[in-house]
Amino acid sequence: MSAKTGLSHKRARGWARIEALTCTVITGAVSRLFASAPVGSQPTNIFAPVSTPADELYHLSLFDLSVCAGIFIVVFILLVYAVMKFRRRADDDGREPPQIYGSDQLELAWTVLPILIVVVLFLTSARVIHTVEDAREPANALRITVVGHRFWWEYRYVQYGFVTADELHVPVSTPRHPWPTFLTLLSADTDHGWWVPRLAGKTDVIPNRVNHTWIDPHRVGLYLGQCSQFCGTAHAMMLIRVYVQTRAQFEAWLKNQQTAAANDPGPAVTAGRRAFESTACINCHTVRGTVADGRFGPDLTHLMSRQTLGSGVIPNTPENLRRWIQGPPAIKPGVEMPPMNLSSRQLNELVAYLETLH
Amino acid sequence: MAPDSMPIARALSLPRSERKPWLEVLHEWVITVDHKKIGVMYVLYGLLFMVAGGIEATLMRIQLAVPEARFVSPQVFNRLFTMHGTTMIFFVAMPILFGFANYLVPLMIGARDMAFPRLNAFSFWMTAFGGLLLYFSYVGGAGVYGAGSAPSFGWWAYAPLTSPAFARGHSTDFWTLALLVSGVGTVGFGVNTVATILCMRCPGMKLTKMPLLVWLNLVMGGMLFFTISPLTAAQLMLMIDRYLGGHFFDTQAGGKATLWMHFFWIFGHPEVYVLIIPAFAFLSEIVPVFSRKAIFGYPIMVAATVGIGFISFGVWAHHLYTIDMPSYGQAFFVGMSLAIAVPTGIKIFNWLATMWGGKIWLATPMLFCVGFLFQFLIAGLTGVILANAPFDWQLGNSYFVVAHFHYVIVGGILFALFGAFYYWFPKVTGRMMDETLGKWHFWLFVIGFHLTFDPMHIAGILGMPRRIWTYQPGHGWAIWNMISTFGVFVQATAILIFVFNLIHSYLQGAQAGDDPWDAWTLEWSTSSPPPPYNFAVIPEVKSRRPLWDLKHPEDPDWQYE
Amino acid sequence: MSTVPAAIPSSWATRLPRRGHIGMLSLVAAESAIFSIFIVAYIYYIGKSLSGPTPRQILVVPVFGTVCLLSSSLTIHLAVTGLRKGRARVFKAFWAITAALGAIFLTGTALDWRRMIYKLGFTIRTNLFGTTYYSLVGLHAFHVTVGFIMLAIVLIFALAGKVRQEHAEKCEALSIYWHFVDAVWVVVFTVVYIVGR
Repeated sequence: MSAKTGLSHKRARGWARIEALTCTVITGAVSRLFASAPVGSQPTNIFAPVSTPADELYHLSLFDLSVCAGIFIVVFILLVYAVMKFRRRADDDGREPPQIYGSDQLELAWTVLPILIVVVLFLTSARVIHTVEDAREPANALRITVVGHRFWWEYRYVQYGFVTADELHVPVSTPRHPWPTFLTLLSADTDHGWWVPRLAGKTDVIPNRVNHTWIDPHRVGLYLGQCSQFCGTAHAMMLIRVYVQTRAQFEAWLKNQQTAAANDPGPAVTAGRRAFESTACINCHTVRGTVADGRFGPDLTHLMSRQTLGSGVIPNTPENLRRWIQGPPAIKPGVEMPPMNLSSRQLNELVAYLETLH
Repeated sequence: MAPDSMPIARALSLPRSERKPWLEVLHEWVITVDHKKIGVMYVLYGLLFMVAGGIEATLMRIQLAVPEARFVSPQVFNRLFTMHGTTMIFFVAMPILFGFANYLVPLMIGARDMAFPRLNAFSFWMTAFGGLLLYFSYVGGAGVYGAGSAPSFGWWAYAPLTSPAFARGHSTDFWTLALLVSGVGTVGFGVNTVATILCMRCPGMKLTKMPLLVWLNLVMGGMLFFTISPLTAAQLMLMIDRYLGGHFFDTQAGGKATLWMHFFWIFGHPEVYVLIIPAFAFLSEIVPVFSRKAIFGYPIMVAATVGIGFISFGVWAHHLYTIDMPSYGQAFFVGMSLAIAVPTGIKIFNWLATMWGGKIWLATPMLFCVGFLFQFLIAGLTGVILANAPFDWQLGNSYFVVAHFHYVIVGGILFALFGAFYYWFPKVTGRMMDETLGKWHFWLFVIGFHLTFDPMHIAGILGMPRRIWTYQPGHGWAIWNMISTFGVFVQATAILIFVFNLIHSYLQGAQAGDDPWDAWTLEWSTSSPPPPYNFAVIPEVKSRRPLWDLKHPEDPDWQYE
Repeated sequence: MSTVPAAIPSSWATRLPRRGHIGMLSLVAAESAIFSIFIVAYIYYIGKSLSGPTPRQILVVPVFGTVCLLSSSLTIHLAVTGLRKGRARVFKAFWAITAALGAIFLTGTALDWRRMIYKLGFTIRTNLFGTTYYSLVGLHAFHVTVGFIMLAIVLIFALAGKVRQEHAEKCEALSIYWHFVDAVWVVVFTVVYIVGR
């Protein structure tokens, strides 16, 4: 903000006042429109940041918006004034107005002033770029590899040796106990984009390229986002859910995820497991600790620990799970998982088995 | 009046027995090499495709009006936005702007035709066939059954979505060929424009005496070589990949998806300026005439245009802030992208200064110019905001960006174009466009425009990405989308009024005379419509406003320039 | 057209550039942008192929073809100068030599490609090097071919005695294109056979 004050000194006092006024108005308007609304109704509002990268952008955007609003008001007033004041009157004498071909002083003024504004904007922007993009990864950072697939997300917790899908769990990172999360972004097929507006700006996920981003959420909660780079038919339904948990909750979650799948010996479950392992399911899905080790689809080892199915498209209830297995394209058109065409009994057994994967 | 410049209106006024057979009229237009006829064909062709692109936009807006709508399938939706973008840029905006340039440039420099009339006809037909090829993909893309499959990867066609693995069938190939073929036409037009302006000027018209419209089209024509050619090259590479098994964009064989992104935007960003500079050109002619003042700061207007032309080739990667470029790279492109705001700002201030102290006549052409100034101001400022990489990490690929570039293209370019339609229609047809209908058109379009595109800024800030077929409720996006959809229908009504006005005025408009606006450039010195060879005697000019000199012999311009 | 007299004073007309030149220079500008993109792609992919062969294993430097092509720039210049002075025989001779030199270059390229494709099995699909090499060198060869066809057409007219002094400007426009094709070869040669090898 110091740079902006520097600019104000270069202008006349009245300008500074207008600028300050606009700044207040804009900030007020922004907070009225966005920030003060209940966050629950606007879960992807970029003006409600809870993580350092998003926060940096938020403050920069307020500054940029104020400067631009200031320029807008000045030019808009000039335009309206010109149109009102210099309109041809009804009693016009028909004579041409004095012809003016230019003015070096004026033209110089409106060349130099914008240059100054541009320099200030550039410097503030460059500072934020440096802060966010060149952030050092601390030794204790949680490292996760994100792999974009058509049309779901794979999350590899490399330090803990397990893989999960669609729902990302990360610890809260407070100033006293910083525990940021650093994400490495890879793609298995085509371009995707990882964007959770309240946590960080988007980063593209590009095949044959390794990208990076990071978040350090300050507050516990569920943060939503979605794929931001067009990737094909079901692009609109490639949603992102980030669960920010307390340290204890997160560690408990980690512990559960690290275990292999439970083996429930009940008869219905055994039949379901047999159905799962003897059909096409295992070509694409992994259930750790069983013969299922497919890699094309999401890891199902702890399916029941997730709240949604189909990359965030529907809540994970037994009824929805049935519908999903029976015909995924009906719920998520363009999804790569084909309808399984199972008999009603097979379906019941399969769901019973999947229900045990906590 | 020229014998065959208004074939339809003239033909309708004749008794049936004296009318030319329609086949003969059609034949005349198909074989013509006259720059005016070709210009009119460009414009009509662009308007035709504008209807197609507009229908596509309307269908998309209906689908997005409410959350979880099932009006069209995602496959269809993805084709719609791909075709809408491609159509509007390549087969609406460019042809219409080229048409105006084709018509006006020779008239304004006192020439009888373009430098290469046959190349001119060739360029037009290439562009025309390009558009037909693109739309043929609807029937030819899927193969035999005519089920139809237009391309569905967005108009940037990011690799590897265009690879044979993800884009089966032929729709991608139709898209590629369409842009290649029309690209040939575009470069041909550029060659012709540059050669015409440099080599065909009438006596006395030095470079410093050319009307600004001519100067700006010279810059635009020169930019075309370095704008369209990279796209042509990239399309050739894509064809090599798809047909010959090459690996340029094959990420499985070590190819880089980012290379396509760079190549595409090396074309894509200067392209925006290729479109906006002719719009600037219209303003630079209309604003002075309707303010009754000479353009303010002619030399700096030219310098700013040339500056924009050059800088525009160094800003492309601001479309790629989110591909995780090194921070110094991002800073460089932030600097360049912000820098382009300076010459653009100069232009806005100079137009304002032209109006200042004048006697502004708010006829329909001028209304559209004032609308342009207002909307382009906002578009420029959201552009400044988006030029800052960090802002773009959030808002790139969101509806904020959609709002921004529609502000540029619709709020800016299209408004200037409508102004140009009302301004030059009398010259082209010899009849005035209806003022009352014009005012209705203007105000409805302003309202429709703002209803459609203003809410998109907010949807973007609330995190709505572009190119999504539908969305879940609970994000706060629904109300803004509903308003946008409503706005589209207001805009459509305005466009219908405009089309009605065009036809109505063409058939029954008031006689215009040679110089209805009391203007100052050479096209108004010949008849309306101009005879086939424009000028019976090649004029000789002494200043930038030759007709001012004629009308004010006591105080001619050349004393001051 | 002839009903309306052209009233442009010749003093003004001579001050304007000739449209043939401007047109051809504009085309050259557009073509150079196309080549730039292919050259950037070539340079960017040097050494990035996931599998062999490498340029060092495959490429043979086409010294003879290069010498021929570059010297054809000189001969076309001499031909045009000759025509401007009205010396039709000089024009015909040098024009024919130019076309012949272009043909030699193309033949050299064709033989080289035959060796690589049929003997070594190295094609445009082999790897990134194959893709970029055949595209860039092929794009240039395509331009030489177009130039050769135009040269040949003019040559046929010349042999029929139809090319006279007043056609010097048109032949000069064609020579601009030919010089451009040569200049591009210098860049392509440097990139493919020196930098990339």
